[in-house]
Amino acid sequence: MSAERKIETVTTGQNEIIEFNRGLLYEESLLWEKEHADHPGVDLPAPENLKSRTGVPDRENIGLPQVSEPQVLRHFVKMSTWNYSIDHGFFPLGSCTMKHNPRLNEKLARLPGFAQIHPLQPESTVQGALKLMHELQHWLAELTGLPGVCLAPAAGAHGELAGIMTIKRAHEMKGNKGRNVMLIPDSAHGTNPATAAMCGYTVKSISTKETGRLTVAAFKEALGDGKDVAGMMVTNPNTCGLFETEIQEIAKLLHKAGGYFYCDGANFNALVGKVRPADFGVDVMHINLHKTFSTPHGGGGPGSGPICTTAELAPYVPVPTVVKNGETYSLQWEKDRPETLGQLKGFQGQFGMHVRALSYMMSHGADGLKQVAEDAVLGANYIMASLKNDFHAPFDGPCMHECLLTDKNQKDAGVTTLDIAKALCEKGFHPMTVYFPLVVSGAMLIEPTETESKDSIDRFIAAMKEFAADVREGDSEKYHAFPESTPRRRLDEVKAARTPVLRWPSDI
Amino acid sequence: MSDNLKYTKEHEWVAVEGNVAAIGITGYAQEALGDLVYVELPEIGKKVGKGDNFAVVESVKTAAEVYTPVSGEVVAVNTAMAEDLELIKKPANQNGWIAKIKIENPSDLEGLMDEKKYKEFTDGLS
Amino acid sequence: MRYLPQTKQSRAAMMKTVGVSSVDALFRDVPKDAFIKCLADLPQHKGELAVERELGACANQNRAAPDGPFFLGAGTYYHHIPSSVDYIIQRSEFLTAYTPYQPEIAQGTLQMIFEFQTFISRLTGQDIANASLYDGATSCAEAALMAMRVTKRNKVVLATPLHPHYRSVLKAYMGNLGSTLADGAPDGETACVIIQSPDFHGAPHAYDAWRKKCDETGALLVVVVNEIVSLGLLPAPVEADIVCGEAQSIGLPMSFGGPHLGFFACKEKYLRQMPGRLCGMTEDADGRRGFVLTLSTREQHIRREKATSNICTNQGLCALAFTVHMSLLGEDGFRRLAKLNHEAACRLADAVSKVKGVKVLNKTFFNEFVVELSKPAAEVVETLAAKGIIAGYALEGNQLLMCATEMTTDEDIAALAEVLA
Repeated sequence: MSAERKIETVTTGQNEIIEFNRGLLYEESLLWEKEHADHPGVDLPAPENLKSRTGVPDRENIGLPQVSEPQVLRHFVKMSTWNYSIDHGFFPLGSCTMKHNPRLNEKLARLPGFAQIHPLQPESTVQGALKLMHELQHWLAELTGLPGVCLAPAAGAHGELAGIMTIKRAHEMKGNKGRNVMLIPDSAHGTNPATAAMCGYTVKSISTKETGRLTVAAFKEALGDGKDVAGMMVTNPNTCGLFETEIQEIAKLLHKAGGYFYCDGANFNALVGKVRPADFGVDVMHINLHKTFSTPHGGGGPGSGPICTTAELAPYVPVPTVVKNGETYSLQWEKDRPETLGQLKGFQGQFGMHVRALSYMMSHGADGLKQVAEDAVLGANYIMASLKNDFHAPFDGPCMHECLLTDKNQKDAGVTTLDIAKALCEKGFHPMTVYFPLVVSGAMLIEPTETESKDSIDRFIAAMKEFAADVREGDSEKYHAFPESTPRRRLDEVKAARTPVLRWPSDI
Repeated sequence: MSDNLKYTKEHEWVAVEGNVAAIGITGYAQEALGDLVYVELPEIGKKVGKGDNFAVVESVKTAAEVYTPVSGEVVAVNTAMAEDLELIKKPANQNGWIAKIKIENPSDLEGLMDEKKYKEFTDGLS
Repeated sequence: MRYLPQTKQSRAAMMKTVGVSSVDALFRDVPKDAFIKCLADLPQHKGELAVERELGACANQNRAAPDGPFFLGAGTYYHHIPSSVDYIIQRSEFLTAYTPYQPEIAQGTLQMIFEFQTFISRLTGQDIANASLYDGATSCAEAALMAMRVTKRNKVVLATPLHPHYRSVLKAYMGNLGSTLADGAPDGETACVIIQSPDFHGAPHAYDAWRKKCDETGALLVVVVNEIVSLGLLPAPVEADIVCGEAQSIGLPMSFGGPHLGFFACKEKYLRQMPGRLCGMTEDADGRRGFVLTLSTREQHIRREKATSNICTNQGLCALAFTVHMSLLGEDGFRRLAKLNHEAACRLADAVSKVKGVKVLNKTFFNEFVVELSKPAAEVVETLAAKGIIAGYALEGNQLLMCATEMTTDEDIAALAEVLA
């Protein structure tokens, strides 16, 4: 650390937001810019003559804003109108699986018997909740073919951590020494190497640049004699939207060398109900309930990232897990499962997300989930087939649930992937995932999901074709200015990073 | 000025004065990174080996490590750059250097490119 | 199949464009033996009514907090949530949005995060706060990892009783890096001292003596708060280098342990070593104020194996619930809520200490304290649960950790005192 920088002082005069509306376009100040009311937005009695038994002095002024309830409501409702959401329209973010979020799931998660129970209540008083978790473990085990399920991880990246630590624990318990390398393809999501590093592993990269896929040859080269290899982290279908054709052979070689196969479940929507990861060699995998099983993304969480493992690895997964003895359900902790790697999250995990995911699975059933995978894959291939003459497709199809295009055909005319993303904002779409995977220059990763109608997909295709046509006809200048009709235009990220203002200054 | 400059394949330039090497990053690297938002400087007195990462420059979307082509001890860091990131665009004699390293083995400099060779090298990178 | 808009006709039309006659042709890269033949152990699809009935029955088997007297805390707290909170977080624009990577169409989420960061930094008395982490236990582990990065040391010292789950999580995270966890006081190898306040047994702590010890040894001072309401009555831990913990108490139901809300705040000089998302203020192409995710070069998608943490996201919607609830409470409401909690705990302590064979062990507390019973606490908890009272968290032997909040009524306390006697 070298440079210590002061947070820039913002005065209300310099940065004032005047609350004016134009039509349905709203401006809204920060809470701290509003007049401080003499009473708050809740009515609570003020305890009198309270003799404090805290043993420390009472707190002085905190510096919180104070407004009435109607002002609070209007504040957040106005701000909400600046957000794009899946309920508004098409959201083709590759590898993010932005699908319809059924409200039944919200309703059930809010039942007092689920929302108003405490994680440390006696188990006799929460048998219904434990039964639900047990049922969810069963569904995940059946769908992946991996019987060791732990629901505790809080999100995808947390599930990854749990998965890699499971592998680490397995080697440790089996007395395997000197296995400190994790093999990861260069197309992997950034969390994979970050997770491996958190677990103390050295990352060895496997090149996939030529074909977008892992090859046995590239794998063998990275594996070497395999004596120092703990495992491999592979996303399948991979981040280019392709199924790894040589995965069974690679898994065999890895297993023979004594390593374990961790599969990143980010792209499970392509396989759910149709293909079982255990059958292509996976030993441990995390599942994003917020992707495949439709728990809402909520503007960035909460997610939920259960892991599923082979029977061999099951003893090592984090605590707690739910077991059924006769008609009674109970949680297993470290005293019940001494071989476990330990605990990675407070309490039982994101239980509210477990309720939503199980509600979604039951609604679809085994038959519906298979249809989910098929419609998701068909939609992505339809987009690929419709756009491949307008945009460069780096790899031959068919793709799985997402298709990869690039800006190669447009770049020379000065229109980049970023410009196309911003033009989509202008047209009322959410952009696709851009500049990922990193191994493909100017990548645009498009995942329609199964919950888009053909009409909706067609409108997106038409917009993309219009952009390509504009560029072909030399009408590209306007693409640098988009978006223009959004609540804000392109934001100055350099300014934000050079002089970070991360909170409202305390002297105001 | 540029006559005294040597270049690395990792896009650092080195200005040698006596037994001290001032190190900065080339225009080519700056172009590739975009506007810089942060530079992480090493500590004075730190010992570095040839090829070690000794500083990090960051743009909004990328963090790039800066490697030293010479082994030695960090004898000066450009604290002014932390305040004014535009300095990185300047030449060595106008405060465009990131850190200065006391050269341990002058032979470390032997494999470095001159300006002409570096230009040929970057032209070949498409 | 109510969630699937495709029809036979639309599927056929799409297949025609793709140039295949069956969807299976698109799965040609998948090895034949990996296809599922039959999922006999899973049911077929169900209508909304059937799912609601089945899961509703599950919910009804649980004893919910409003069903009777409730004195359990221990890191998850039963508080009132104003109706407006749940309305706001169920709005489509917040509920079904993604992480705000495209700031032009996500200013609602971004401004909210900026307000959340401001709330947390004010409450904790710290310079900066991130956009939230999974929960208190993981934020405590992230704090220890950060202290290890900053000090380049790998020993963590626990100075006060830490929540046992936080301790377990810390142990698991640190085990990966070969670092050590010890109780007691810092020495020259210590990366940080962790103080939970109020501690797991409910006692609030002062920080100045620990600050001094940290300054002497070069360790960082980490303060963990898992009942954030306490910050309305107890002094802000301004002496700390990092303040982290759990904010579930404001705006979030207990939900059997999650989703909750980890928070993380620190001194500005550690900004570059912080884990998690950060939202910053800037302006748009027309010079209007706006917000973006910033300083992301610390994060996994850029730094990969050199990132400060593997964390991708925050607990966005939980942070929203917190922010809405805090906005409603305001300065006076938040302070009153804290006082009401303390006052309820004082009433509970007075009532149970009058019961024969029950002794309150805490000299000081906020809304939780330990009592000594005349029988093993685990037994008492089970017996009382059968009588409809959730008595608290059983510690070792005869000790019981009890909690009161603004939800606790005089009738609840009287009912408890009666069965305890």
